[in-house]
Amino acid sequence: MAHVASVPKEPFRLSMLVYDTRYRSYTIQIVVLVLFLAFLAWLLNNTIVNLAAKDKDINFSFLFQRAGYDIDQQLIPYTNDSTHGRALFVGLLNTLLVAFIGCILATVIGVMAGVLRLSHNWVVSRLMTVYVETFRNIPLLLWIILAFVVFSETAPAPRDFRVTEEMAAAGEAPAASKILFDSVAFTNRGTSIPRPYLDHPLGSFSILDVPINLSVVAALALIALCVWINGRLIANAKSVQEATGERPVTWWKSLIILFAPIIALLYALGFHLEYPELKGFNFQGGINVAHSFTALLIAISLYTGAFIAEAVRAGILAISKGQSEAAYALGLRPGRTMRLVILPQALRVIVPPLISQYLNLTKNTTLGMAISYLDLKGTLGGITLNQTGRELECMLLMMLIYLVLSLIISSGMNVFNTAMKLKER
Amino acid sequence: MTKATFVRKEMLPPQEAPASQRGAIKWARENLFSSPLNAILTILGLLTVVLLVKGALPWLLNGVWEAGSLMECREIIAARHGEGATGACWAMVRERWHQYLFGFYPQPLFWRPTLAFALMFVALAPVLYLGNRTVNTIMAGVVTVLTVLALIGISVAFPQAIAGADAGVAALLAVVIVLGALTAVAWLAPRKLMILTLLYPAIGFYLLWGGSIWGPIGALAGFAILALVYSLTKGQLGVVVGTGAGVVAAMVWWLAVQSHITGALHSLLPFSITHVDSDEFGGFLLAFVIGVTAIAASLPMGILLALGRRSDMPLIKALSVGFIEFIRGVPLITMLFTASLLLQYFLPPRTNFDLILRVIILVTFFSAAYIAEVVRGGLAALPRGQYEAADALGLDYWQAQRLIIMPQALKISIPGIVSSFIGLFKDTTLVALVGLHDPLQGVTKVVRAAIEWKGIYWEPYIFVGLIFFACCFSMSRYSMYLERKLKRDHR
Repeated sequence: MAHVASVPKEPFRLSMLVYDTRYRSYTIQIVVLVLFLAFLAWLLNNTIVNLAAKDKDINFSFLFQRAGYDIDQQLIPYTNDSTHGRALFVGLLNTLLVAFIGCILATVIGVMAGVLRLSHNWVVSRLMTVYVETFRNIPLLLWIILAFVVFSETAPAPRDFRVTEEMAAAGEAPAASKILFDSVAFTNRGTSIPRPYLDHPLGSFSILDVPINLSVVAALALIALCVWINGRLIANAKSVQEATGERPVTWWKSLIILFAPIIALLYALGFHLEYPELKGFNFQGGINVAHSFTALLIAISLYTGAFIAEAVRAGILAISKGQSEAAYALGLRPGRTMRLVILPQALRVIVPPLISQYLNLTKNTTLGMAISYLDLKGTLGGITLNQTGRELECMLLMMLIYLVLSLIISSGMNVFNTAMKLKER
Repeated sequence: MTKATFVRKEMLPPQEAPASQRGAIKWARENLFSSPLNAILTILGLLTVVLLVKGALPWLLNGVWEAGSLMECREIIAARHGEGATGACWAMVRERWHQYLFGFYPQPLFWRPTLAFALMFVALAPVLYLGNRTVNTIMAGVVTVLTVLALIGISVAFPQAIAGADAGVAALLAVVIVLGALTAVAWLAPRKLMILTLLYPAIGFYLLWGGSIWGPIGALAGFAILALVYSLTKGQLGVVVGTGAGVVAAMVWWLAVQSHITGALHSLLPFSITHVDSDEFGGFLLAFVIGVTAIAASLPMGILLALGRRSDMPLIKALSVGFIEFIRGVPLITMLFTASLLLQYFLPPRTNFDLILRVIILVTFFSAAYIAEVVRGGLAALPRGQYEAADALGLDYWQAQRLIIMPQALKISIPGIVSSFIGLFKDTTLVALVGLHDPLQGVTKVVRAAIEWKGIYWEPYIFVGLIFFACCFSMSRYSMYLERKLKRDHR
């Protein structure tokens, strides 16, 4: 242990705090800590002084006061008599709705575009390159506003759908008509889509004013059960295949298990669709989807889709050519090579950037503000903030909610990453 | 023994490949119709292209460039191409381009942002092309020519743009001389052009905002003091403490001393040009001011944050992680609203600094957090051996970072860094939501609200979109060029 003994045993001097690398990091950290605390104290002090000067306090009780404004898209019952807190939840649900559907759409678009961009088909791969480059290099806000403006300025007015008696007599068609088998009306006031209706619903109850529809719960439970039974069926088929080498035919059993019960349930409940009808000056019945929602959804999914396409392309390119050559050498056809060899490995590369795109998409829904989509930013950070004048509370609360959302999504990513990690040695 | 009656002496010329195996047909068979699915995709793709072209081409070709209003445009199109013909109304762009480029900047002063924009390229060239003499000279020369053309164009469009004809010619000559001199410098001493790069923030600021010349000089002096104190103390106190001392000295200068000295100098030598308020900034001028400043500031900050996140010191690491994760967790809009609504609570009472500056600071923080993550990826991708080799050579932390780690880590992270920059530049459009006149929302709203252009929607968005596309696309091409140039392995 000569090395240890050879370290000179100098007495501690004050200058060693700066010169000696053993102590310097402590010095730096203590200085930084002091500076940081001083900075925090300075901020806090400023805030207190400023609040006092404006005669305000930090108080979240406004969340329980009457909001007094309307939100046209509401997933839970809300009127302008409800509280600001409830408006916050309506906004949060709107954010989550557009983020959820947007993630699904963007994934579908992105995966298709990414795979097609790699295809040998010259026309298709060039088209996809144009799509990806156009959407990636132009700001999202432009797409959102453009979609909104084009929808609301080019769509026909509801009166263009009217068939007057003279027109019927002359056999003329109206200026505009509903699309998709006469079920969806696309007007300059929004898109009217059919609303599902039940003749004999199971009823509902509510927790904290949030209604729980028992029919929906029953349907979801049934679907979950069917999926589970189908999973057992597939597992059973697999074990039979491993034992005997022959796989029992399962596809029609799967189809029956997955679809028959839910169709039976819907029939028993008396499921039918209520179509939008032109009454007076606007369409009645059905669900009216505002253009702000449609435009935001379309723009955000196409925009994020372009980024996902790049992630997918990079992931597939990251798998070395030897893998597909080995699969061909084993006699696998191109489709199975993709499904069994390339994709499982590529997913490991694709999923982390994919999740970070989901995160971006969720955060980008705040841009809906430019076209007055009332999401969390629009309710809590917009109207509530302006009405109550509580900037500090609203902004802090909003940041907290977005932080929690992001943390939830990124912890989901970490779980996936650990599960997918290459199991080496 | 039978004798062969005929023996061919020479080789037959090779037969041409069958028609299906050569030329366009082979290419089409392999690339367009290799399988039924591919054939369907090809036809669908061609159909899309045809539909797009059929819809957009007449509209583009029928475009009208000279008209006073949208109504007039439509009348001209109807007169030229018959009733029901569609056409773009580019006359809007022709009439309002200056608002898209400069916002509400005073018209007589348009030459200042133009010159600042031109100088930016000359100042960037030594950084972008690493002191390559030819490229720098070509860049400076092209910029000179384009600037002169742009200035002539501006003075034709706005006769009052350069006050008085004589002064206009003189100003033009001055610009030519300055830019020509810079071109000469680029050729004779490419490294010296870096001085312009270092001075550019002050020059750009002075050209854009104007006011007394002593303000920017005072601010620059602060940086000079920082550098001086740092170089004096570095030898004895080490990099970190030296930088700290420099920052403290510079802070003292900026906060306590500068205003007195610049005030005194200004009363002695009152040299100033017209001051322009931040409210008058707008259009792409604003996008570039915010974008370029934030890009330039966020890269060093991002690198420091990435180093902090990988630091051995737990406190530094915790602070960096907290900062990065907080910023990455919230949308940019909330940061912008923090700039416009909340900073007034966090700063001492009665401090009231510019909204553009506040936005720049928060956009910089935002982008720095993302760049930090990209750089961290680059750092993690370096093999441990590189760090150990640096230690074995006896380099201290900053030497190792500067000479060994960063050159490699940054090279790996170039694509990520540039795509963060592109994202940042696109995000400058969001400042419209806090009331600044960005090209997309702020200016277009004004244009679409004007009576003569009410109801126009494709043209302004196409115009703005094209400019954004040009900027972002060239940034991404540049990053590919840089990647190729810096590639050291031969694969």
